[in-house]
Amino acid sequence: MSEEIFGIMAEFKTPHDIYEASAKLRDAGFKKWDTFTPFPVHGLEKQMGIGRSHVPWIVLLGGITGFFTGVAFTWYMNGFDYPLVVGGKPYWSIIFPFPVLYECTILFSAFGAFFGQFLLNGLPRHYHPVFNSEQFERSSDNAFVVVIEAADPLYDESKTRALLEQVGAYNIHLVNK
Amino acid sequence: MSHAADSSADRPAVLAKVKPLTSLPRRPLVLNNRDFHWVTEKICRIVEDPAPTWWWVCFLISASVASFLGIGLLWLVSTGVGVWGLRSPEFWGWDIVNFVWWIGIGHAGTLISAVLCLLRQKWRTAINRSSEAMTIFAVMCAGVFPLFHVGRVWFAWWLFPIPNSQSTWPNFRSPLEWDVFAVSTYFTVSVLFWYMGMVPDLGTLRDRAVKTWRKYFYGILALGWRNSTRHWRNYEMAYLILAGLSTPLVLSVHTIVSFDFAASLIPGWHTTIFPPYFVAGAIFSGFGMVLTLVLPLRSMFKLHDLITQYHIDCMCKIILATGSMVGYAYSMEFFIAWYGGNIYEGFAFINRAFGQYGWAYWIMISCNVISPQLFWFRKVRENTALVFIIVLFVNCGMWFERFVIIVTSLANDFLPSSWGYFSPSIVDIFTFFGTMGFFSTLFLLFVRFLPMLPIAEIKHVMPAADPHVHPAHDDAPAPVALAAKGGHS
Repeated sequence: MSEEIFGIMAEFKTPHDIYEASAKLRDAGFKKWDTFTPFPVHGLEKQMGIGRSHVPWIVLLGGITGFFTGVAFTWYMNGFDYPLVVGGKPYWSIIFPFPVLYECTILFSAFGAFFGQFLLNGLPRHYHPVFNSEQFERSSDNAFVVVIEAADPLYDESKTRALLEQVGAYNIHLVNK
Repeated sequence: MSHAADSSADRPAVLAKVKPLTSLPRRPLVLNNRDFHWVTEKICRIVEDPAPTWWWVCFLISASVASFLGIGLLWLVSTGVGVWGLRSPEFWGWDIVNFVWWIGIGHAGTLISAVLCLLRQKWRTAINRSSEAMTIFAVMCAGVFPLFHVGRVWFAWWLFPIPNSQSTWPNFRSPLEWDVFAVSTYFTVSVLFWYMGMVPDLGTLRDRAVKTWRKYFYGILALGWRNSTRHWRNYEMAYLILAGLSTPLVLSVHTIVSFDFAASLIPGWHTTIFPPYFVAGAIFSGFGMVLTLVLPLRSMFKLHDLITQYHIDCMCKIILATGSMVGYAYSMEFFIAWYGGNIYEGFAFINRAFGQYGWAYWIMISCNVISPQLFWFRKVRENTALVFIIVLFVNCGMWFERFVIIVTSLANDFLPSSWGYFSPSIVDIFTFFGTMGFFSTLFLLFVRFLPMLPIAEIKHVMPAADPHVHPAHDDAPAPVALAAKGGHS
């Protein structure tokens, strides 16, 4: 039995070509497709019709968690479990441990940005069908690659191939799962 | 409304009239019209080719120097903190000088990767990876000193809010405890930022790898990164946010380091100018170290097309600016010491310049205030050897700055009967000398095994990366004319 097809892969020579072609593929109505570029091509996500990233929300959540974690442990340690008398000052206030709260806020926000990014991207993931293509390996060098998945409802091997040819792609071939 | 309509109607006519004959060229960040593939080849080859002989020589020297750190620390732990030159009234000596010096060096890395990213300074791309690595290794060296200064280093974990058998907790009123949080957060965030920036380039190395161990090594490190635009979108957002978070972080870290001094009552330390003054000094010394590292690597690996004269120019100008700020801070400290009318403060500063440590003060002034002023001259900035010598002076001067601040204030404080003169012991010298080796060993390993320049980011700032530039009718200003000067094949 023949291997299952993951999708169809094609290549563009320049950022300009893939930028123009992406808008056409988006307008053709494809949903399960992606482009692979050696660097983030400015505005390509808009051409592909992808919305804004949700990473900032995870960062906000991280920052709030960090701040209140700091409040909780400094209060518990210095104000409740082991109160210290220092110059008759209050056992706990928001002021004196503020540098600690500040650093905790930044630390947890950074965790939000770092882990949030990988979480939303579904990484780490060491296997992906696109790695089966030798052509794909050049997308981290100087090739601008587009993949339309067979799972897309509009996918049709010959028609999709024709469309890719029409928008200026070359090296069009199928990728196995 | 009518006004708006008028102006928009007028605009094309005006634009046609004032339009320059040729488009103004931007300074190219990659010289000699290189293409994307050249950038990949150039940077990956550093890692993929066999190590050059000079690398092995440097590595062996660095590793032997690093062993001094091991000897120094072993000596200290097996005997006690008394083996350092610390004695009443100076309980902070070389250890804290070295701590502040190393951590200050780290700050330029974050400045380049974060602050210059927010300010859209595209020239940062060529140097940000190596200076972030510098940050991380410098913070590791910095951490050694306070860690071992606590005396019984096996109890150093008491610094962190971890339950212990005595049921006591850290005192969060102490600037030293703030420092624990600031430095450990700084180290963690710097590592995350550095690693995340490196993931796409590790993917490039994985894709190019031929040997199996390389495939696995870089494959695991790259976390399955596949350059997808859907991923780049989250990645760029996270990168921008990390830059935004690192900026207040880096400012807070050296501010809190300066609180270690400013929140005490020692004359010469108890001043409000310390936080901005320390931050400026940190950036100053950090750029000094970036140039110290980058200039030799640039000539050894022939990176002249990627780290151009323009990059060196920019860094020299930052050193000039921050060096002048530091010079201003030195004079302002003197002014306030006089204007404030506090006799102890006044004495502390007269004593710094003309007392028993006057020699250190004048080394500091000549290295930090006078030597960077040479960067006003273009001829100096274009003379790489001279730049290298000046930045060595900067590194040296900033070490003396911390020495002057810490040691003079402690040696001659309120009570003349307890005055002393600090001199380092052999163990102090071994430990400090050893951290230099430790730092260079780590840096050489970094150069050998990880992408030293950010491949994806450099491609991003090349004119060909602009999706609006059609290669057929090339609107991009040809960088050839400017490139001819500093070009290197």
